[in-house]
Amino acid sequence: MTLPALGWQGLVVLVVFGVSLLIATYSTYAERVIAAFLQDRVGPDRAGPFGLLQPLADAVKLFTKEEFFPAGANRALFVFGPCLAMVTALMSSAVIPFGNVLQFGETSIHLQGIEINVGMLYVFGMVSLGVYGIMIGGWASNNKFSLLGAIRAASQNISYEIAMGLALIAVLMMSGTLSLREITLQQSVAGEWHFWNIAKQPLGFIIFIVCAFAETNRTPFDLPECETELIGGYHTEYSSMKMGLYLFAEYINVFVASAVMSVLYFGGFNFPFQYELRDWLVSSQHLELVTASNIITILGLVGLFAKIFGFIFFFMWVRWTLPRFRYDQLMRLGWTILIPLAIFNILLTGGLITFGVIN
Amino acid sequence: MSPLFLFLSFVALLSALGVVLAKNPVHSVLFLILTFFTLSGHYLLLNAQFLAAVNIIVYAGAIMVLFLFVIMFLNLNEETEPHKPALAKFAAAIAGGSLLLILVAAMRNVSPAGYDPASFDSQIGMVDRLGLVLFQQYALPFELASVLLLAAMVGSVMLGKRETGERNF
Repeated sequence: MTLPALGWQGLVVLVVFGVSLLIATYSTYAERVIAAFLQDRVGPDRAGPFGLLQPLADAVKLFTKEEFFPAGANRALFVFGPCLAMVTALMSSAVIPFGNVLQFGETSIHLQGIEINVGMLYVFGMVSLGVYGIMIGGWASNNKFSLLGAIRAASQNISYEIAMGLALIAVLMMSGTLSLREITLQQSVAGEWHFWNIAKQPLGFIIFIVCAFAETNRTPFDLPECETELIGGYHTEYSSMKMGLYLFAEYINVFVASAVMSVLYFGGFNFPFQYELRDWLVSSQHLELVTASNIITILGLVGLFAKIFGFIFFFMWVRWTLPRFRYDQLMRLGWTILIPLAIFNILLTGGLITFGVIN
Repeated sequence: MSPLFLFLSFVALLSALGVVLAKNPVHSVLFLILTFFTLSGHYLLLNAQFLAAVNIIVYAGAIMVLFLFVIMFLNLNEETEPHKPALAKFAAAIAGGSLLLILVAAMRNVSPAGYDPASFDSQIGMVDRLGLVLFQQYALPFELASVLLLAAMVGSVMLGKRETGERNF
């Protein structure tokens, strides 16, 4: 079977889409297992071996529950809200480079949905649109708690987007490109001792990960759905699969945030000694260069997913460790600590680049 | 004219009309966001990827979120909408109509200058080229605009600053 190059790339897009959904599905399971582990409980173990079919059982439950519309709700927007949250969450994984190039004879397959030269801005734009799903859903519910959750989500996202963008600028100053693939490739150069961006941008990474927690509405910044104050925040009135879509969108956002952090700061699909390993495969195992490169690409893909899963675990670990912030503390952290720190980081990076300490 | 261009223009005009005609202000805001999206689509057709992305981030992602934020807080609906007198509606229709007339009259005889395919640079909209143009050719206006933005920022911080003795929480 021969497919034109565009056909292969379309297949990659479909696979990325499916993998995002699969990871989001099993994130719900992982969240429960990790919560159970941290709280010394058993966790889900009824559905299938080790409870592995639990997400399936959840989906069946959500799909078969009653579709409920609150009185006075704007029905069209009430349905549109969760759909929008899901669509924006799924769109952002399109530009993430999950792996390098696979060569099969004449066809070369980039393990990336689409490669555009403003990839980072694309992710940033999609993240900034994600808040609309929450706002529309919260407003359309015709419930004051939902509206307060939606308003909180909006102001929180806007505040932390600024610090996130400023932290990002320091990385872009070093890389000189907005393409995520280029940023990944720059973090490992053959035959040279080369560090990942985390070694050059430790402060920027800390700012970025704090903002990522706020942008994905995860604890300790889950103020929009803060149960003790707002019942359930923006999804108070939601039930059945519309509720499921909101939860799903959150887990996809966590996955995308983890992937972006792995790509920007932890070398993406690069892993230590990859060029040495390739040369060893060619010289000692007598493989062709193409085959050896393909093996390295697949190992890099596995490595990137290991990094992503590490970050997803970190997100869940923090959720069951830290208590929730108060809203004024959240705003003060964003505006008076993170933004000045991020600007300081830009100045520091600019100085270090000027004096040739980092490049 | 490609079908994509026609489709984008159709959606742009339709959603722009929706902004004006929608009874519910929240629907108006959502139509405006859709309009920004179609404009970004037009930028992409012109090979200006950076402009398209920044349009989404700044207008659709930040400014319209604030619009929606304020409108949700104001709780505007049809009952609270002030009804304009008939004279104001009449005057608005005449003013708008004459603006349309002038624009159509001015654009009627315009023939676009076109471009020379040999010397046209299709990469002009890319972010690196745009940066070079901004910082070399238009460095002074660019810096002046940033000073203006800084002044606006200082002003808003001044307004939002807590005064002595004032404490809300």
